[in-house]
Amino acid sequence: MSDLKRTGLYDLHLELGGKMVPFAGYEMPVQYPLGVMKEHIHTRTSAGLFDVSHMGQVILRPKSGDVADAALALESLVPVSLLALKEGRQRYAMFTNDAGGITDDLMVANRGDHLFVVVNAACKDADIARMQANLSITCEVEVIDDRALLALQGPLAEAALAAIAPAVAAMKFMDVTIVASAYGDLWVSRSGYSGEDGYEISVANDLATALAKALLATDGVEPIGLGARDSLRLEAGLCLYGNDIDETTSPVEGAIEWAIQKARRRGGERPGGFPGATRILNELEHGATRRRVGILPDGRAPMRAGVELFASEDATAPIGNVTSGAFGPTIERPMSMGYVTTEFATTGTTVYAEVRGKRLPATVADMPFRPSTYKR
Amino acid sequence: MKFTEEHEWLRVEGDVVVVGITEHAAEQLGDVVFIELPDTDQEVAKDDEVVVIESVKAASDILAPIDGEIVEVNGMLVDEPGKVNEDAQGDAWFIKMKPADLSQMDEMMDEAAYKKFIG
Repeated sequence: MSDLKRTGLYDLHLELGGKMVPFAGYEMPVQYPLGVMKEHIHTRTSAGLFDVSHMGQVILRPKSGDVADAALALESLVPVSLLALKEGRQRYAMFTNDAGGITDDLMVANRGDHLFVVVNAACKDADIARMQANLSITCEVEVIDDRALLALQGPLAEAALAAIAPAVAAMKFMDVTIVASAYGDLWVSRSGYSGEDGYEISVANDLATALAKALLATDGVEPIGLGARDSLRLEAGLCLYGNDIDETTSPVEGAIEWAIQKARRRGGERPGGFPGATRILNELEHGATRRRVGILPDGRAPMRAGVELFASEDATAPIGNVTSGAFGPTIERPMSMGYVTTEFATTGTTVYAEVRGKRLPATVADMPFRPSTYKR
Repeated sequence: MKFTEEHEWLRVEGDVVVVGITEHAAEQLGDVVFIELPDTDQEVAKDDEVVVIESVKAASDILAPIDGEIVEVNGMLVDEPGKVNEDAQGDAWFIKMKPADLSQMDEMMDEAAYKKFIG
């Protein structure tokens, strides 16, 4: 694994018994000795600490000094209203291409005089290049490569982090703030990707291991690997870029059009003006021909990514396919998400998945599969 | 008890052979979440796919280690697949076979050889 990068927490992962695997160009822990199933349940019942330092952290600093200029500039790349994003708040967004496909999904925070952006590890080089190419006239594009990123998720997350930085207890879902601590300035957002209340914490690389150790020394906090991160986000109905959304799927097909505010739609204050606007604005009004849905297998066999879906036991042409599938440790049953043509996208519709040559029934279901516990 | 390179164990009990996967294999698979067992009263040949086992990580096929007839399956595993992680070489056996030719087991590893095999 010599070509792979390591995060600032690499030595700690080994010390904790993490099983390291290649992921998005990094050596990352897929699980610790607890194992995927117990790590998942532990996060839902106590708290889990995740290393997500492989993700890209970028600051967009407006040359004018007015954050609205950075917001408007970034709006040229994403179909989301960022001008309306208030200071101290964060919003989900997606980069689109000219065909209306999604090239990455991201979080954008307004930190008063600049925007702070977090993008996926596998896409970060392309995202950064794109921001540099398109935003450099109005913004300094500062790549933050000296900070680690931790996620602390679960019902005990608040108590654990508040012991280190008391101010975080008052934050609400999608609030962002910078708090001073014994581990330097922490860039904290009350968010995550597990369906649990919790935080993402950006911390200077040289203090990250000490912060992680302090959190792990708190009652109820265990380290959690990528395996449980995946089953947690799937139970929460959250799509994974590269699996459930990608360059071939539009925001409406991907069922993430809730992130496109009225201001960027037809009839809004700033309609269009992002890559792929023609297609995306049309689909917002008229729908798309296929849609990402939740799929619950009727039986116990998991239906994993790539499995084809059919209208009946003997239909020959597929109506869609599974893009993520796993066993849900909290819901205690297998779960999947995937795409079906729109006529099959209604909750309660029976579809048939071809697993090992057999057509197994499954039901289109609402997501999240397990209600999320964000602190609104 | 005998062992195969596919990480199965076989134990002779009277005139049947009990088949399961090793603790080492269960550990490598991770948490087992689904098991599909074969029909009983069917003849299978060595290397036929007889059991599907899915863990949190992936799906794997378990192959018949010998020729013979499947006379019993461990139905408990369908409801409690996690038993494989708890007691792979005991209660969590998969199938019982009536062997066509018991000498097929002669070449298999004993426990010491298997331990050496998995290093």
